[in-house]
Amino acid sequence: MKILGMNGDNAVAYAMKQINPDVVAGYPITPQTIAIEKFSEYVADGEVDTEFVAVESEHSAMSACIGASASGGRVMTSTASAGLAFMWEMLYVAASTRLPIVMNVMNRALSAPINIHCDHSDSMGARDSGWIQIYGENVQEGYDNIIQAVKIAESAGLPVMPCFDGFIVSHAVERVEALDDEKVKNFIGIYKSEHPLLDVENPVTYGPFDMYDYYMEHKKQEHEAMKAALKIVKDVGKEYEKISGRSYDTLSEHRLDDAELAVIALGSTAGTAREAVDEMRKKGINAGSLKLRLFRPFPYEDIRNALKNVKAIAVMDRCDSFGAFGGPMFSEIRSALYKTSDAEVVNYIYGLGGRDVTTNHIKKVISDLNNISTTGKVKEYVQYLGVR
Amino acid sequence: MKGWKEIPDGGLILEPGNSVEYKTGSWRAKRPVWDKEKCINCLICWIQCPDNAIIVENEKIRGINYDYCKGCGICASICPKEAISMEEEK
Amino acid sequence: MVSLKELSKKEEKLASGHRLCAGCAEPIIVRQILSATDEPVIASNATGCLEVATTIYPYTSWKIPWIHSAFENAASTIAGVEACYQVLKRKGKINREIKFVAFAGDGGTYDIGIQALSGAAERGHDFLYVCFNNEAYMNTGIQRSSATPMGASTTTSPAGSVIPGKKEFPKDLTEIMAAHKIPYVAQGSPGFYNDLIAKAGKAFSIKGPKFMNVIAPCPRGWRHPTDKTIEISKKAVETCFWPLYEVENNEYRLTGISKLIAEGKKEKLPIVEYLKMQGRFKHLFTEKYKHIIPEIQSRIDSDWGILKKKCGY
Repeated sequence: MKILGMNGDNAVAYAMKQINPDVVAGYPITPQTIAIEKFSEYVADGEVDTEFVAVESEHSAMSACIGASASGGRVMTSTASAGLAFMWEMLYVAASTRLPIVMNVMNRALSAPINIHCDHSDSMGARDSGWIQIYGENVQEGYDNIIQAVKIAESAGLPVMPCFDGFIVSHAVERVEALDDEKVKNFIGIYKSEHPLLDVENPVTYGPFDMYDYYMEHKKQEHEAMKAALKIVKDVGKEYEKISGRSYDTLSEHRLDDAELAVIALGSTAGTAREAVDEMRKKGINAGSLKLRLFRPFPYEDIRNALKNVKAIAVMDRCDSFGAFGGPMFSEIRSALYKTSDAEVVNYIYGLGGRDVTTNHIKKVISDLNNISTTGKVKEYVQYLGVR
Repeated sequence: MKGWKEIPDGGLILEPGNSVEYKTGSWRAKRPVWDKEKCINCLICWIQCPDNAIIVENEKIRGINYDYCKGCGICASICPKEAISMEEEK
Repeated sequence: MVSLKELSKKEEKLASGHRLCAGCAEPIIVRQILSATDEPVIASNATGCLEVATTIYPYTSWKIPWIHSAFENAASTIAGVEACYQVLKRKGKINREIKFVAFAGDGGTYDIGIQALSGAAERGHDFLYVCFNNEAYMNTGIQRSSATPMGASTTTSPAGSVIPGKKEFPKDLTEIMAAHKIPYVAQGSPGFYNDLIAKAGKAFSIKGPKFMNVIAPCPRGWRHPTDKTIEISKKAVETCFWPLYEVENNEYRLTGISKLIAEGKKEKLPIVEYLKMQGRFKHLFTEKYKHIIPEIQSRIDSDWGILKKKCGY
C-alpha cells in the first residue's frame, strides 16, 4: 500500500494506470480534463501498454470505446456534463450491446446557462441508459470505485459509470490509500471476451437491425442482467474489502439504527450530512443519514431495510427532474418505500451548478423533518434548498 | 421463435452469412434466362450482380440462382453477348 | 487488370439473402471492394440501407466480423476496433494481418459523419473508409444531403412550381478528404469494376487512413429502372460528373475512362446524357427549368478543368 496525496481526477488516472486497460479513448472536458491529461502522461512515459485514442469528440470517444470493447479489449474513458450528454446515443448502444466499458463521470451541471461546477444532472439523465451507476463520496472512494467497476462490468456484462462530484472531489487533494499494482492486477484478473470482433475465424455480427420480433427479448436480457448486477456489486465490494480493508455495499448508514429522521444523499454531500446529523444529535434530535452508493441497479430492498424505523425522510437531489414530482432519487425512494413504510418523504433540490451546501443547510432540513415528525404535517413535499 | 434465454446477449449474430436462409427470389417480377450457347464466360454479370445470384464454378457460369435473384435485370442489360434475356415471371 | 476468373474462385464475403432493393449498387460495390484483398477484413457500417438490409435479426449477410453502432460514427467505431487490434498485436495476443474498413452512405459521410471521419483520418488509423454515394438519404426515403446534385428532386428538395429541386451544388468530399493529406484518396464507380477493384486493392495495401468515394446509383431514389444501375454509374464518369481519379501521397492521377477523356482519346459526353436517364432530373427537361441544365454543365466543365490541372493536364 502507498499513501498518496491526490485529487479525484489524478486518482482516477492512477487507478487506470494500475488497471492498464487495452484502449482508452478520451476527450477533455472540465472538470474531467486532469484525468485524461495525467493518463496521457502515463502513456507518453511508457507506464501503460494502453492504446490511447485522443478522439475529436465525446461521441467518438464512446464510439471508439464500443468498437474496442466489441473487439475484446478492456476499455475505459471518463467524461462530464456536456460530454456525457454528447455521448447519449452511444451510452445506450454500449449497454445494449453488453459491453463492459468503465467510464468515470466527474459530475457537472448541464447548460444553459453554461456552468462548470457540480451537480448530478449529467449522470442522472443517463440513469435509464443501462449503465450501472456508482457514486463516490471522496477521492478514496473514487479510486476504489474505479477498480471495483472493472470487475463489476466484466462480471455483469454491462458498462459501469462510477461518478463523483466535479471540483468538490475531482479537484480536491486528499489522502488516498492506493493498493499495490500487483494487488490491483490480481483483483481484476484477465479479461476474456466471449465473442471478440477481432476473432476473424469466428465472424460475429455486432449491432444488427432488430424488429419487433426480437427487440423485446434483447431488452429483457438487459433488464435481467441489470437485476443480477445488484449481487455482483455487493460481492465485488466484499472481495475488495479483503484486499483493501475498506468495505463497500450498495449504501452506508450513519446513526440510522435508532433514528426517527433520515437524510439521504449521494456523493460528497453525504459527508456534510453526517456532520449535520452529529451536530443535531448533540441537540437531542434523533437524526441519522444514509449515503446511497449504488443508483443503478437501484437497491430498493436495502433502502427499505435501512429506513424501516424512521418517521420522516429527506431525499437530497442534486438535480431537478423538471415537471416531475421531485428529483430522480426522490421518486425512486418513495417508490421503494411504497406500502412498506409510513414515513413522510420529502425532497430537497440543492447544490445546482455548484451552489454550496453546508451543515447549516442540512441542519435546517433535519429541523424541517423534526417538525414533520412532531406535527404530522408536510408544508411542501418538493422544495429548492439554498435558493434566493 | 426463441425466447430471451435462448438467444445470444447483446443482439449478436453468431452464424456468419445465415441470411442465405432467407430467400429473396420471391421478390422477382422478371426472370433472367441464361443462354449457355451465347455466353462467353466473361463473368461481367457475376461481378455486377447485387445478389451474388450468378452461379460460377471453375471460372464458368453454371446458371442463375433463382433462390436469391430479385430480377433487377442488370445482368441482361450489361451482357456483351446478349446471353441473358428477361422474361415475365408467371 | 483484375481477373474476374481469379476473383470468382474467392469466397464471397457478403452472402445472398440480404434485403437491399433489386438493382441496388451498394452490394455490388461491397462485393467488388472486398474482393480486392485476401487478408481477413473487419467492417464497421453506419446506419443506412446497407446496414439495415444486410442484418435483419436473426439473419446476417456478413461472413466477416462486422459492427454497426450508429449513424454518424462508422469511422470512430472502426477506429476503436483498429486501436484494439494495435494494442493486442503489440502484446502478442494477435499475430496476423487484419484489414479494417468502414462503410457508410453519403448522409453518414458528407453530413452527420464528417466529424468522426475527419478525426479518424487525422489520427492516422489504419483503415479504409468507403462512402456509397447515392446522393441522398435513401434509407429514410430520399431526402437531400450535401451530396445531392444541383437540380435533383428529393423529398426534402422537391421540384415544385417555383423551386427546381435542389438549389445548391454538392460539396466535394473527395477533395475535403484529399486535404487531410492521408496516403490514399480515390473516386470510383461500380460500372468500371476493374478500376474500382484495383483502387480498393491499392488502398488495402497501404498503411494508414484511406478514403474511397464511390458513386452508387439508387433505382428508387434516382428514379431509374433497376437494370440501369451500372449503365448510369458509367454515364456519371463519361460525362465527367463523377471523374475517376486517385490522390496517392498527395499526387493526383486520373484513371480509367477519365484519363482517356483528359487525353482526348475518348469523348466527354454532355451531362444531359446522364440526367435524362433519371427521373429525379425530369423536371429539368421542362420549358420552365431547362435553363438549369447549362448551369450544371458549366459547373461540371469548370470542376473538370480544375481536376485536370491537378492531374497535370
